[in-house]
Amino acid sequence: MEKFTVHTGTAVPLRASNVDTDQIIPAVYLKRVSRTGFEDGLFAAWRAEPDFVLNRPEHAGASVLVAGPDFGTGSSREHAVWALQNYGFRAVLSSRFGDIFRGNSLKGGLLTVVLPQETIERLWALVEADPATPVTVDLERRRVRAGEGDAVDVPFELDDYTRWRLLEGLDDIGLTLRHTDAIAEFERHRSPWLPTTV
Amino acid sequence: MARTLAEKVWDAHIVRRAEGEPDLLYIDLHLVHEVTSPQAFEGLRLAGRPVRRPDLTIATEDHNVPTLDILRPIADPVSRTQVETLRKNASDFGVRLHPMGDAEQGIVHVIGPQLGLTQPGMTVVCGDSHTSTHGAFGALAFGIGTSQVEHVLATQTLPMDRFKTMAVTVEGALRPGVTAKDIILAVIAKIGTAGGQGHVIEYRGEAIRALSMEARMTICNMSIEAGARAGMIAPDDTTFAYLEGRPHAPKGADWDAAVAYWRTLRTDDGAAFDREVVLDAAELSPFVTWGTNPGQGAPLDAAVPDPEAMADPTERAAAAKALAYMDLAPGTPLREISVDTVFVGSCTNGRIEDLRAAAEVIRGRAVADSVRMLVVPGSMRVKEQAQAEGLDVVFRAAGAEWREAGCSMCLGMNPDQLAPGERSASTSNRNFEGRQGKGGRTHLVSPLVAAATAVKGTLASPADL
Repeated sequence: MEKFTVHTGTAVPLRASNVDTDQIIPAVYLKRVSRTGFEDGLFAAWRAEPDFVLNRPEHAGASVLVAGPDFGTGSSREHAVWALQNYGFRAVLSSRFGDIFRGNSLKGGLLTVVLPQETIERLWALVEADPATPVTVDLERRRVRAGEGDAVDVPFELDDYTRWRLLEGLDDIGLTLRHTDAIAEFERHRSPWLPTTV
Repeated sequence: MARTLAEKVWDAHIVRRAEGEPDLLYIDLHLVHEVTSPQAFEGLRLAGRPVRRPDLTIATEDHNVPTLDILRPIADPVSRTQVETLRKNASDFGVRLHPMGDAEQGIVHVIGPQLGLTQPGMTVVCGDSHTSTHGAFGALAFGIGTSQVEHVLATQTLPMDRFKTMAVTVEGALRPGVTAKDIILAVIAKIGTAGGQGHVIEYRGEAIRALSMEARMTICNMSIEAGARAGMIAPDDTTFAYLEGRPHAPKGADWDAAVAYWRTLRTDDGAAFDREVVLDAAELSPFVTWGTNPGQGAPLDAAVPDPEAMADPTERAAAAKALAYMDLAPGTPLREISVDTVFVGSCTNGRIEDLRAAAEVIRGRAVADSVRMLVVPGSMRVKEQAQAEGLDVVFRAAGAEWREAGCSMCLGMNPDQLAPGERSASTSNRNFEGRQGKGGRTHLVSPLVAAATAVKGTLASPADL
């Protein structure tokens, strides 16, 4: 996993609530068996509209998505995270995320940051006034900064463990495999009636 | 200390707990399907890792499978590749697979319970958000992403942050014609699509206790639509009666020992939930959605709401956007909405009781000329049972299409899709924009409302026929 420390980029303001993972990437785009190439499906239905915010030339190359509340609800498809990453996003800011999407994003190195809706509104205003506004997502200090003289400079919460994992770019499986003995010990005490699939 | 059901199951699966880290939980059953697993198996291959417990893992083909001509190769080459990839992965890693055409093939959340693999007190995961279905047995069951699928394949564990707990208590008795689907749609409308965020919901109360296992699965299935990580119902005699004699249920002395343990799986008196919600079953009526998220629903007796009358600006904007997409005008009585397609099926309502309920309404009647009705059993076993009862004949005689098992039009990864602008009454779980096909418009309903709507051509309950 790519490390995440401090990222600065331009932003896309997505003024919509309840953007479920079917909107982020519709099911027909989930058929690839690789982890790449999903950018084609990102917001596919909406991108068919020429004036959709992602299609506007002033937001080309943006890497921070500033979304409305309840971003990433619904289906567990991790393809939603891959589609955002494949497109070039490194961070998504919202006042609330779907639980599974949030979990998936933090496993895969897409930093999802929870900010008060009032801050999201200020970021939308800044970015709409000047799409070239750089937005910095600083995981080391756990702060988001944007605008002239850091017009927005706010803290965000992320637990120490997840932050450490992202800063180091560590994959969970490797960490868990350090505890193989504990897993084997647990397995010795499982109830004998528990089902097996064989 | 008094504990909730969810806390008991959690505590019984902690492999390792350390300060400042997530708990490492053991996973008793891992269900796998073709859409969310290819990258996970590829990850194992690249790292040279085996599947730790193939004997606790089972795979099926469900999302992509056509519901016609299933013994021929899948026409869509990309779908075919995904299914063939699962077959290769299952073979390479020693995982049991039920492919298309197999007697046990079906939707992953239908076959687990049907085989008796889902049991009380277990941890069950799958790369699919509707894994919450299995909570109907008092299991802690939740959907995971592909990175976590790989993690479970490699280690049979998952690092998890503890959930909060929420009680949804449904008191009293349901009126005739009101079903589990109406309960859960009403719950979601009440608490909202983020109402359960971060929580495991435990459904309790007299109305829940009175439900069959299949009805309980319908309720737990849609916990994710309320934003919850999982839904659970404490096991009881209804649960044990459902399980006894199933292929993977314990037998003999093991059965007795298991039941003795399962009886301890209930929330202790005095245990505290982080949040509690109460509904009166007697006040519920057939419920349908009018918008593009499952929280945008109302009783069938109501009219399409007016966004302008909504106080919350975010809710107002979402409702206005939804009505534009759904092509509905505020104030339109829901019963006046015409549909083009009726879909009966999915992991929410594709079980034998759902098909029986729909067939009873359809029996001796005809699907309206303007309507296409698709009936898709949740599994090949459900299909077999329905045919043994003659339900296929009832549906066909009425003009409905009787199909093979799979996820089908719930998400349209196979050819079963709505055309742009088409409107459906669907027993599935998500009315998201384009969910059933690009530009398609979905109203979520119970099997009873689906069948009555198919006859009438407009949203209807059996009482309207």
